Amino acid sequence: MAYATYAGLAEAARIHGSLGAAALAREAEDSGLSPDALNARMGAELDVMESAISAGLAGTDRSRSGLTGGDAARVMAGPSVLGPGFRDALASAIAVGETNARMGRIVAAPTAGASGVVPAVLMAIGRLRGSSRAQTISALFAAGAVGAVIAARATLSGAAGGCQAEVGAASAMSAAAAAEMMGADPETCGHAAALALQGQMGLVCDPVGGLVELPCVMRNATGTAVAFAAIEMALAGVRFPIPLDEVIVAMGQVGRSLPPSLRETALGGLAATPTGRSLGRTACTPYGSPAPERDGDPNA
Amino acid sequence: MVGPSSSHTAGAVRLGALARGIAGGVVRSATVTLHGSFAATGRGHGTDVALVAGLLGYAPDDPRIPQSFAHAQHAGMQVTFAEADLGDVHPNTARIEVETTTGTSVLVQGSSVGAGDVEITLIDDFPVRLTGELPAIGVVHHDQPGVVAAVSARLAASDINIASMQVFRERRGARALMVIETDEPVGDEVATGIGALTGIITVRAVPAV
Repeated sequence: MAYATYAGLAEAARIHGSLGAAALAREAEDSGLSPDALNARMGAELDVMESAISAGLAGTDRSRSGLTGGDAARVMAGPSVLGPGFRDALASAIAVGETNARMGRIVAAPTAGASGVVPAVLMAIGRLRGSSRAQTISALFAAGAVGAVIAARATLSGAAGGCQAEVGAASAMSAAAAAEMMGADPETCGHAAALALQGQMGLVCDPVGGLVELPCVMRNATGTAVAFAAIEMALAGVRFPIPLDEVIVAMGQVGRSLPPSLRETALGGLAATPTGRSLGRTACTPYGSPAPERDGDPNA
Repeated sequence: MVGPSSSHTAGAVRLGALARGIAGGVVRSATVTLHGSFAATGRGHGTDVALVAGLLGYAPDDPRIPQSFAHAQHAGMQVTFAEADLGDVHPNTARIEVETTTGTSVLVQGSSVGAGDVEITLIDDFPVRLTGELPAIGVVHHDQPGVVAAVSARLAASDINIASMQVFRERRGARALMVIETDEPVGDEVATGIGALTGIITVRAVPAV
């Protein structure tokens, strides 16, 4: 089994040298596969992530539903307030979301709806640091191990825990992994993840028309921004007083407290706004049939 | 993966594939009841399409998934969908009643719990927990002494390691179900060998999905 607590993962990381190495060792133990085979498999995932970003940046067409598309290219061509590193990361996050909405191939990291944050953050930090492919692959193992802790102690399902369990989890995973790429120790990486997750505590899952597009694609970009804020704070020495394991449990409890209308039912939040309802009615589904019409009580 | 939501598509394919594996044959017809978020947003996410793909035996990255309805029709497989409140279960839950071409029928209920992970929680009347991450066998047997030992001995003789084991019975001395997750796949020969043991009613090897 994967590490069930971040404390356990961090302790193993001190022995193995990094979160990524500890995650790889445990995966090798569980699967019976060699570290080389697992690295090759993760390398293939990295390739898919890179292709998903390129495809998304190159695409200017709308998704089949017509709800999203073209924003990755728009951001990439934008004026950039904070500089190209931040702009590229936001554009990458949107690009993966748009590729997913166009039914292109992505890596669920941890989920399809939240698939943009981890590649966006890790590629951006990789470019900044001049990281090798092997270092980026190790960071993906680190991100995966943090995700597995969240799955074990809370949930990675928007239907069970809201968007905090998807984009919030992806932010936490990428913040810890990117902090490690920046040379942080496991304790600092844990603070980065806790800072990212606390910033999205309570975030609801309210997809317009029940499609994983609006606001999901944009939330991958805002979740990426939160991850950077968390990394910046943690590397500066900010210590979040509540340990990551407790923040994760709290996130799960908050998720269970959310009404069903705010957990991927398209009955509340943005999906229940007049414009959201109208867009949801006219959107086509990825499979060609019209989206279901929903008129439930938004406060259910 | 391909498909907008890991819970609603990848997870749904795996649920369908597990139901097929548990039924132990080619699916002739299925009635699928969707609950919660599966019912509310499943159509937009392609959950129905994904479940049918799984019932056809497709993997979550199979390019034929979007056309699964057409493939099912071509294969003569009938699937009907309904929506219902299944009670205090995970919001992404489906109840799948499957009938195979050989006439066996089984009720499988399971949830897509996030990131494409799934959990089968009910097989007929038996509450189980099966994730599909490992191969498994389901053994329906008579509740009598020695059956569990004989089955585990047969697995051990084939160098198959048991990862988890759950045993349920309807009542004392009646029909019982063993669900065993294994590290190695259980081949036809071993499954047939288990089927020939005293007290065994049926054996199904359920591949990992």
